[in-house]
Amino acid sequence: MVLTLLGLSDGMLNDQAARARGVGADILIRPPGGNIVISGGQMIQKIIPAVIDKEPHVTVASGTLIFGTDLFNYLTGVDLATFSQLNGGFRFVRGGPFEHPDDVMVDEVYAGQHNVHVGDTITNTNHMWRVSGIYEPGMLARMVVPLATLQELTVNTGKVSTVYVKVDKPENIPAVISELSLKLNTYKVYSMEDYTSLFSASNIPMLTDFIWVVVGVGVAVGFLMVLSTMYTAVLERTREIGVLKALGASPGYILNILLRETAVLAIAGSILGILLSYATRFLIQNVVRSALIQAIVPRWWLPAAGIALLGALLGALGPGLKAARQDAIEALAYD
Amino acid sequence: MTNGQPIISIRGLTKTYHAGEVDVHALRGVDLDVQAGEFVSIVGPSGSGKSTLFNIVGGLTPPTSGSIQIAGRDLLGMTDAERTELRKTTVGFVFQKYNLLPTLTARDNIAIARDIARKNGPLDPQFVEILKLLGIENRLDHKPRALSGGEQQRVAIARAIVNQPAILLADEPTGNLDTENSTAVLAILRDLNHRLGQTILMITHNPEAAGYGHRIVHMRDGHIE
Repeated sequence: MVLTLLGLSDGMLNDQAARARGVGADILIRPPGGNIVISGGQMIQKIIPAVIDKEPHVTVASGTLIFGTDLFNYLTGVDLATFSQLNGGFRFVRGGPFEHPDDVMVDEVYAGQHNVHVGDTITNTNHMWRVSGIYEPGMLARMVVPLATLQELTVNTGKVSTVYVKVDKPENIPAVISELSLKLNTYKVYSMEDYTSLFSASNIPMLTDFIWVVVGVGVAVGFLMVLSTMYTAVLERTREIGVLKALGASPGYILNILLRETAVLAIAGSILGILLSYATRFLIQNVVRSALIQAIVPRWWLPAAGIALLGALLGALGPGLKAARQDAIEALAYD
Repeated sequence: MTNGQPIISIRGLTKTYHAGEVDVHALRGVDLDVQAGEFVSIVGPSGSGKSTLFNIVGGLTPPTSGSIQIAGRDLLGMTDAERTELRKTTVGFVFQKYNLLPTLTARDNIAIARDIARKNGPLDPQFVEILKLLGIENRLDHKPRALSGGEQQRVAIARAIVNQPAILLADEPTGNLDTENSTAVLAILRDLNHRLGQTILMITHNPEAAGYGHRIVHMRDGHIE
């Protein structure tokens, strides 16, 4: 459970960072509020011709509007004419760019998950969209619609949530950022490199807390499971413990056997947990066809195994001590 | 059988269990001497105190009063740790229900007794001969569920004597066996006594089984008759 939830956290963030990098911009501008990952709202689109386009070394700037449709999905409005100049635009595997205001383009992941084909109609945000093209994943968003249509549909006419900026030479990026930061005052201006490097759980409000809660719940549940399992195991093996005592086994010897057995179970359980995280990833990708992306998180394997081992040993200690102190005659008489 | 200082010397032994507010006097002053190399059968009806005597001699429970010397050591006043040491080094147990560890093979059941006694390395050649005498040398890699009752009891005997205890305590060793296997197990106990001079104290209800011992001790109401 811990590895799957941490994998989901990592997977979603890595996917978002990869898609942001795929845009091909050098600078990203967001309105005040929010944080580096979550947009704080909308800003006036006119700042692009009025301020950004006039900035020396800026070759193109393109505004996008993001509108969340549910917890994990959102529509992204794009001005294709400018957006395509950032990095050559979307690479289509089937179909092509918008032809009509009500067209939508989806990436292969979305098309695969929802069994969508070019020419199909998708209903989203109480609006019928015709699929004009399916593009390679790793570019901006999973569902892209014309910017003007989305602005009108969401009553955000003339507003965008993010502006992507391309600069003529990489060495000019810092200077452009400084200038734009001054001119746009409270707006947030990031280099794309900084922006994508900051896609981590620690930069998402509450996510780190959530992860620790998940880890804590995992440890608590594991601890209770081990406690009840070991208690049952000790009870079931009362007679065996009596036999060991009759053979001259000391309480320390019996405790040692039980703790070693617990350690083996905890390690086997950790390996099973790692394998199960692969299984849940497969299920999410191929069976559930969810918008969730789960990463495999090897850096958490050892900590998770350590937590499992510690919880298991602590859980086994009480029943183990009880077993070690058991009266040999009573234990031998147990059926 | 040798004559001289008895390996088990019991005088005025009593044991009282407290069952709630009731005191149960399981032993009411037992006197018994067993010489080294002797094979003694203890018989008596249920509740006569046989098993209590067995448990005290084996160091599984302390006596209430009296004196009991096992191989020169006084059990009265022994701590739990000292009685654990006595079970590890001086006595071996054979039970009616075999009491083999079900998840271990016969070989590992024997090995764990050696491990508890911190004896590592290869088996003693004499013990290998005993395994042949017991007729289980080809059954050692089987788990108890794959062994017959007679085979399980022979493995239990092997486990009881692998650390060469001074005294072998057998509690109804043929109680769960058919006649053929009972005869085989009793013959083995007698062989161990004859060949190795193994001191054996055997509890039984069966007069025929009791006849395998050098001497039969009758118990009734916590006394030796």
